[in-house]
Amino acid sequence: MNQEGILRHAATRFLGLIPTLLVLITIAFFLIRVAPGGPFDSEKVLPPEIRTNLDAKYHLDEPLLMQYFRYLGQIVSGDFGPSFQYKDWSVNELIRRGFPVSGTIGGLAMLLAFVIGTLTGIAAALRQNTMLDYGVMGVAMLGISIPTFVVAPLLILGVGVYAGWLPAGGWDWSWQRMVLPVVTLALPVIAYIARLTRGSMIEVLHSNYIRTARAKGLPEYLVIWRHAFKPAILPVISYMGPATAALITGSVVIERIYSIPGLGSYFVQGALNRDYTLVMGVVVFYGVVITVLNFIVDLLYAWLNPRIRYDELQ
Amino acid sequence: MPLLKVSSLEVQFDTPEGVVKAVNGMDFQLNESETLAIVGESGSGKSQLVMAIMGLLAENGSASGRAEFHGRDLMQMAPKELNAIRGRHIAMIFQDPMTSLNPFLTIEKQMIEVVMHHQGLSRDEARAHAVEMLRAVRIPDPEERIRQYPHEYSGGMRQRVMIAMGLLCEPEVLIADEPSTALDVTIQAQITDLVSELRKQTRMAIILITHDLAAVAEISDRIIVMYAGELVETGSAEDIFYRPQHPYTRGLLASVPRLDRVSDDELQAIPGNPPNLQDLPTGCRFRDRCSQAMDECLQRPPLWVSEDGRMSRCFLPMEGGRIANAGASEGDAE
Amino acid sequence: MNDKATLSVDDPFAAAMAAEDIRGRSLWVDAWHRLLKNRAAVVSGVIMMVLLLLVVFGPMVLPWEADFTDWDHTSSPPSLETRHWFGTDAVGRDILVRTLEGGRISLLVGLVATLVSLAIGVTYGAVAGYYGGMTDRVMMRVVDIIYALPFMFFVILLMVVFGRHIVLIFVAIGAVNWLDMARIVRGQTLSLKNMEFVEAARACGVGHNAIIRRHIVPNLLGVVIVYVTLTIPQVILVESFLSFLGLGVQEPMSSWGALVNDGAQDMESAPWTLVFPAVFLTVTLYCFNYIGDGMRDALDPKDRV
Repeated sequence: MNQEGILRHAATRFLGLIPTLLVLITIAFFLIRVAPGGPFDSEKVLPPEIRTNLDAKYHLDEPLLMQYFRYLGQIVSGDFGPSFQYKDWSVNELIRRGFPVSGTIGGLAMLLAFVIGTLTGIAAALRQNTMLDYGVMGVAMLGISIPTFVVAPLLILGVGVYAGWLPAGGWDWSWQRMVLPVVTLALPVIAYIARLTRGSMIEVLHSNYIRTARAKGLPEYLVIWRHAFKPAILPVISYMGPATAALITGSVVIERIYSIPGLGSYFVQGALNRDYTLVMGVVVFYGVVITVLNFIVDLLYAWLNPRIRYDELQ
Repeated sequence: MPLLKVSSLEVQFDTPEGVVKAVNGMDFQLNESETLAIVGESGSGKSQLVMAIMGLLAENGSASGRAEFHGRDLMQMAPKELNAIRGRHIAMIFQDPMTSLNPFLTIEKQMIEVVMHHQGLSRDEARAHAVEMLRAVRIPDPEERIRQYPHEYSGGMRQRVMIAMGLLCEPEVLIADEPSTALDVTIQAQITDLVSELRKQTRMAIILITHDLAAVAEISDRIIVMYAGELVETGSAEDIFYRPQHPYTRGLLASVPRLDRVSDDELQAIPGNPPNLQDLPTGCRFRDRCSQAMDECLQRPPLWVSEDGRMSRCFLPMEGGRIANAGASEGDAE
Repeated sequence: MNDKATLSVDDPFAAAMAAEDIRGRSLWVDAWHRLLKNRAAVVSGVIMMVLLLLVVFGPMVLPWEADFTDWDHTSSPPSLETRHWFGTDAVGRDILVRTLEGGRISLLVGLVATLVSLAIGVTYGAVAGYYGGMTDRVMMRVVDIIYALPFMFFVILLMVVFGRHIVLIFVAIGAVNWLDMARIVRGQTLSLKNMEFVEAARACGVGHNAIIRRHIVPNLLGVVIVYVTLTIPQVILVESFLSFLGLGVQEPMSSWGALVNDGAQDMESAPWTLVFPAVFLTVTLYCFNYIGDGMRDALDPKDRV
């Protein structure tokens, strides 16, 4: 009975992905086409015939609508086209170069955020209204208030330049170069998750079923671990979707500051240079990542919360 | 030797509007195999009384006094000691079965953890025991249903699960805080029947908290009537129903519609509302609503006691009783 | 019975409205008292007031213009003698004045973009919540879809596409940020819709638009105020991100984000160029968050995260 609920839930959600992605692609496509200037404008002035040839080669002379459908078709077959800017590269290749970097940083940041965020949030909830609680929440508030691009230079100055513990930037897949970017990126998310967990845990601890658990004579640690933890975590699980989006967004700044060759920096460069295909490719790619992750989070939530599965069947 | 002896129990809460005293010096006893009903309106303090005994008060609540269980004071116990008693020797079930069970755990998990923790049973033994208990409270198909979640049960069934869960360790006392208030009338009858059976088949003492005096007529041995945090009358069930002394008790009884006395008169409700605990009248707390209030009632009324355990806190004299000496512990009269 | 006012039963509509008024007034008074008890919120409020005064009036009283380049004192640290209390940047511009003027822009963007968000979000949410049914479901589905998009990327796209005009920044940020507001407002509207005074109004034949305008919207005030206070810092943050990436306001206008960007480049040699704008930005966001939290607690203590 439970299995059926989850499957039906999954199917419904999955179908919902398609309109989302469609809207995403469409908006991005038309936006960038509307932009004044084309991909070749920044180059030295080209003779008109070559210009016409280039336009034809990249289908830029076709009516907009045709270009759109042509693009859709391409996307479906997984081809994002050639980059306008980096002549010898296709967008797929650029994504393949940039994403592992961004993905690693993002993934580690997410892990860090989840673990530290929930642990501190729970600690604060268990010691509500004590110094520990106020301290943790004060720092958390700071965490969501200080912009990443303020923290990063400070960290670089402090830890990198003055103390010399860690390199101040660049990327070579060594763990030393990973620490600062991952930590900086994770900070606001850690803070948010800490606050979320604390609030959720406090609310759960006030529920009647926790009172029942205590009335049964269970030791407090069992009451917390077995009865309170799972319900308290649910809002955090839900947050994982938006959290991913936040991390992806944050990566743009992080990569800029720490000089990391990730997908985010490709995107900004592409936007500034009107590299249509690259920009589109990254937007669609990230859109897919977010949507798929949201889908997984949804499933996870349904698995953890028996009532949802039940409701689906009604 | 009484099973549970409560003396001078006071409960107060720290609210933004000031300190509220929910229970003002309660004394009572519970004997083995006895079913004691504590009756009162909302705000009378009846629930907070047992919450304090069980150590389940909210964070802003504090209690003083003594609650001796087998001679050991529950109010002074360390958490570990208290936990050894809760669920094992004294079990409690609550008013709202909808929210009192953890929606994220199966019934099985919630039940077996009690016996596994308190009695060291293995998982299989615990499961078998739980299934039997579910069967005893008339849950159909218990082997299958035990693996379900609370939201797959109806309200009445959930309450029966709560009762079954409470009985798993064969406790000496079962405290039921308004077990059928949140359920509809037909289910209430089922729960009452269940309690009735328990009385017959076990030696368990039961404390029944309720606002419905009529509902406990058949299933209680003794009754305590509470008003505004105080005991106003107590006695055997028969005494309370047939020879009520306190005007409040009389009012409660008169307000119950009766099939055998069909009349065209209006329902007799007790006029007024329960008092605001932060703004209590001086003297007798019931006087604003009492049809027999006298000038004396501006003073704190005396406690009448009698040999057979009858008590009434009123200026009206109690038949066969004498006024307890000021300062004498009310427990002495029992 | 309510002995605080005598309600005329002849006109049930007027009676319902009067009852609403009474309840409404004491709600605000209560909330205000609760807010005042929240120390963090009060302190934050005071700090924000001071900041606001500084930002608005500071540049007028200070001896330097924001774009005045003091060639004698380029990249000089804060000192009292040079009268550059926050120091100067690489071309000799006074950091204090630039920070305060940058504050004007940042706060202005915060306010206006929030108002844009507000306008779109409240209208959208109120309409969706009020009409309910299919309209509501479709409208909320749209919100869900937009919510799933990487919004920052779209803002960047918008900025790149349409240039860096300041009005555009208002619109771009506001247009992307209205979703939360819409959701909240829709939720509130749904519960308000079913309250008695709306039924009374409908019974008297008041039309839909009038009901939305006269009854629903005023009662959304509480919830809206909370979210406005919480949106302002978000918007300021977005603007700073943009400025930091070089996509925000154009020279000679400057915002805190742009100043931090500039400062970050010189941070080893002239850390004061980074520190002062960064501190102002952070303190502002911090205070707004506390105020917003405080308002949320004051208006509905149960709602706390």
